Parts: sequence; C-alpha cells; structure tokens
Amino acid sequence: MANDSSNNGSGSAGIEAIGLVREFKKGPRAVDGIDLRVEPGEIYGFLGPNGAGKSTTVLMLTTLLPPTAGTARVGGHDVVSEGPQVRSAIGAALQEAALDPLLTGTEHMRLQTALHGIGKGERERVGNELLERVGLSQAADRKVGGYSGGMKRRLDLALALAHRPRILFLDEPTTGLDIQSRTALWQEVERLAAEDGVTVFLTTQYLEEADALADRVGIIDHGKIVAEGTPAELKAEIGRPTVEAVPRDPAQRQRTIEVLGGFGECAETDHKGGSVQLAGGETELAEVVRALDSAGIAIESLNLHAPSLDDVFLAKTGRSLEGAEEAEAESEEAAAEGAPA
Amino acid sequence: MSDGLRAQVGQLARRSVLRTLRQPAQFVPALIFPLFLLAVNSGGLKDATNLPDFPTDSYITFAVAVTFMQGALFSVMNSGTDLARDIETGFLNRLALTPLHGAALLTGLLAGSIVLGVIQGVVYLVVGVAGGVEVAAGVGGAVVLVLLSVAVTTAFGTIGMFAALRSGSGEAVQGLFPVFFVFLFLSSSSLPLDLLTTDWFHAVATINPVSYLLEAFRSLLIEGWNAGELALGFGIAAAIFAIGMTAAARSLKTRLVRT
Repeated sequence: MANDSSNNGSGSAGIEAIGLVREFKKGPRAVDGIDLRVEPGEIYGFLGPNGAGKSTTVLMLTTLLPPTAGTARVGGHDVVSEGPQVRSAIGAALQEAALDPLLTGTEHMRLQTALHGIGKGERERVGNELLERVGLSQAADRKVGGYSGGMKRRLDLALALAHRPRILFLDEPTTGLDIQSRTALWQEVERLAAEDGVTVFLTTQYLEEADALADRVGIIDHGKIVAEGTPAELKAEIGRPTVEAVPRDPAQRQRTIEVLGGFGECAETDHKGGSVQLAGGETELAEVVRALDSAGIAIESLNLHAPSLDDVFLAKTGRSLEGAEEAEAESEEAAAEGAPA
Repeated sequence: MSDGLRAQVGQLARRSVLRTLRQPAQFVPALIFPLFLLAVNSGGLKDATNLPDFPTDSYITFAVAVTFMQGALFSVMNSGTDLARDIETGFLNRLALTPLHGAALLTGLLAGSIVLGVIQGVVYLVVGVAGGVEVAAGVGGAVVLVLLSVAVTTAFGTIGMFAALRSGSGEAVQGLFPVFFVFLFLSSSSLPLDLLTTDWFHAVATINPVSYLLEAFRSLLIEGWNAGELALGFGIAAAIFAIGMTAAARSLKTRLVRT
C-alpha cells in the first residue's frame, strides 16, 4: 500500500528516527535507541506489549516529549528544533480519546478547527464533512459524555484530521473497542492511506490489527525494536507453515504420521494425529491431502497453521505477546507492592 | 491581537463558558452556600451593629461583602478543577498538538470565571437587596459591585489555574479551598478593622489583602462612592490577577513540554 515516492523517510510525509532514546529520572529507559523509517503513504504498525515503549515513542515523534538522545524527523522537520512545523504536519489520536464530555461532537470540531487556524467560514463545512466521514453526523449535537467507546474513537480520529495532516499518529486506536467498531476504524485508516496518501504510524498490542492493517510492522520490546518488516517477511523469517492431520479412525494414527513424515519431520500431536512443518511452504498442502487420500486414510480434521506475528514475537523475545502482557502486569503489580519485580 | 489568536481565545472562552453553564453541580453550590452563610450570619450577628462606631445599622449590608468574597473563592475551584481535569484526561495534550498560543488558553479559561463572577454578582445583589441590603452608591454602585465581583472572581481564578498547572491534580486544587477560607476568616470579614480589638488578629487582618477587597465592596454598600477604597480594591484584584497570571503562564510552559 505504500506509495512509490522518491522522498526518503524523512521527506515531506515520512518519519525517520535514529538512535531515539527516552530516559525517565526515576524509571527505566522507556525507549532505548530506536531506529525506524516510515515511507510517505505507508501504514506502519508499531506492535508490542503494554510498557514496551510504544506510547513514549509516539509522544517523542509528536513533539510532546523531548528525546533524551537521538534524532527524529517527521514530515521533513526535526522534532526537537522544529516542533511547530512538525505539529502542523501531523494529526494524532493519542491513547484514551481525550475528549470533553460536556461538549458535543460539533463543538469539538469547531474548537479544533479554530485552534488550527481554519477560517470561520470553513470551520462548519470541515467539521460536518469529517463527522459524516466517521459516521457521527447523527450524534453530532449530542454531548460526548453519552458516546460509546467506538464513537469517541471515531470523533478522536475526525479531530486528528481537522487540518488535513499528511501524517497521522494513532496510539492504540482500537483498544477496548468491539469488533464492529474496530473494523470500521481499520477501513477508515486504510482509506486514508490508500486514497489520501496519509502516512499512518499506528501503535497496537493486537497482532491481528498489525497483520491486517500495516504495510510494515516494527516489533518493540523493552524499548528496543526487535524485528521489523512486512508481516509476510517477518513470518517467513521465523519458519514455514505447519499442517496437522487427525484420522477419523484412531487406529490409523501411526499410518497418518508415516505419510506426513514424507513431507518433513513429523511430530505426534495431542489431538490424536500428527503434524509436520511443510518444507515447501503452504503450496504443499494439496500434496499432503493427496498422499493421505492415496494411503486410504479418512481424515477427521486437517489444519494449516501459518506462522503468526505472535510466533515472530516469541522467536525474537522468547515470550509470547500474551505472556509478555501478563509478565508486564505482574511486574507492575509487584512494583506497586514494593516487592522486587 | 491577530485573527488567529482572537479565534483561539474566542473558542476556548466559549468552551469555558459552556462547561460552567453545563455543570450546575459546580456553580449552584457557589451561589447557594455563600447565601446560606449570609442568612445565618446576618441573623446571628445582627447585634454587632450596636457596637460603638459600627459603620451601619444593617448587619446584612455589612455581611453581604463576605458573600461576594466567598463566591470568588469558588471560582478558584471551578477554573482550577476544570484545567486539572484537562491535564488528567490528556485534553491539554490535544490542545498542545495544535498551534495553540499559551495566552489564548489562559485567557479563554478565565472566561468561565468571568461568567461565573457576573452570575454570582447579580444573584448575590438581587437576593441581598430582597433581604434588606442597601446600596449606598445607588444603581451605578450596584453595577460597580458586580464589576468588582467579576474582577475578584477572575483574579482568584488565575490562582486556581496556577495550582492546576503546577500540580496537575484536581484534588490538589480542591485542597486550596480551606487555605483561602483561612485567609477570609483572618480578615475584616466579621467586624470592621477598627473594631478588631485582639492585637494579633488586628495585625493579621490589617496585612491581609482580603480585608481591603471586603472594604471596597462595603464602601459601595455602606458609604457611597469612595474612590480610595475602590482603587485599593480594584488594585489588589489587579495585583492578584497579575501575580496569578504570571505564575500560571510560567507553569503552563513547564506543563506544555512540547518542543
């Protein structure tokens, strides 16, 4: 989905960071020397568990937090020395939609457009247009305090787009949303990148979100980028798909394992069958089916497990993303109780 | 003021006013509580008018000045709590990502205090007059009373904003209320300065600027037009405003850490 462009990552609508560090006085190194490059028009997914450094990175790239070391250019401007220029080029929907519950959607748009210096005559048109685009026209005159989580996120997105930014930062935009709201937001983000050429920097802790939406993914853990590439590249890097077959007749289990063994080293599974990593990739699946059929084995179930980004995270950090979330929560709990983490 | 800055101030002021008017739970107590105390005090302390040299024979006319001051103290809570909530919820970060001018934010936020000051001033005056308050300076004096109420409310509002920007916590702002109440208590709120016979109390009340704000209100209510008292009252309000606004502007720079 990334646009072809001669611009480099730090060009008119790109993002580039070199050795970006953020240390807090009494805390850990939240971001520990990040290098990244996002091309104009690209959707870049920044994936990692809670506390990995995603939001701190976004705060630095959006000029809200000065880096301790390193440099970053957003939209061609340095985030430290050219803050106002960076802010005029970007829109951001930060974690937890920061909205005023006492104002309506329309009033939010009016305030946002005025603060961005949009002329009085244009404000209403821009506001109405964006509210319609995110599906909030009907609720525009209702106070935001009565909005659902999904509606708040959509309004947050509309506000971030008020001044037509070339670069959009979305910090965990779908956290806590139901699948319908999540899908609607994904569609809008895809449309922004595809039709408007907006560069999107999206942080998420959802594997499927990064997988579905991002052109490229950076996986961050403990403040460092541990892997980067397209979802397909990352998955290919760590291995090939696995096929698992369970015979209808349990007596044929050994025979099933023998047949699967013809495609690689076969392992027994807990599901009364066998599994094998396909050396030739998923294209070998048809051959597996034909071989089992030729051997006269009736199959109860056949599953193809493609490597997931969680497998990538596991391979790079030794933990699953879910496990990392739990460990992080336990560590925070222990810290809160004063016990050694 | 440029068009852009004017638009920013206008929209932020509009938001501040809307927030004030849409939170009756915030401004109604600011109206009722001081009036309740006025009713209690003017009933219980009316014999104080028998003291030699007491400036009026209507204690409610003397006491209503305290009502204006108590109302102003509520503005510290309102402006400060609103701003602290913006910090806590991240709304200030949203504003920080726009080309927002710091002066526009502070000025816009004060609009809510100004509206509250007008509402309070008018309500206290109307209820007070209905209850027997006399305004020696006449209708013009009543208008100046409301203006003084707005000036004091706005001045105290800057202190609320400073506390919010400094602490980033609504609870810390609310913690200021008892402190201000002590200032009000240690002033000429119950008796005129000349009639405070306890030495230490007289000394404290004499250096307490709140006493001179009260005297400014009372001059219009009891004496008529007293340029000196009014100048002192408006001057102290202006000084509090200048100090509060400067401190708030400095804290805003620290709070808005954008590069």
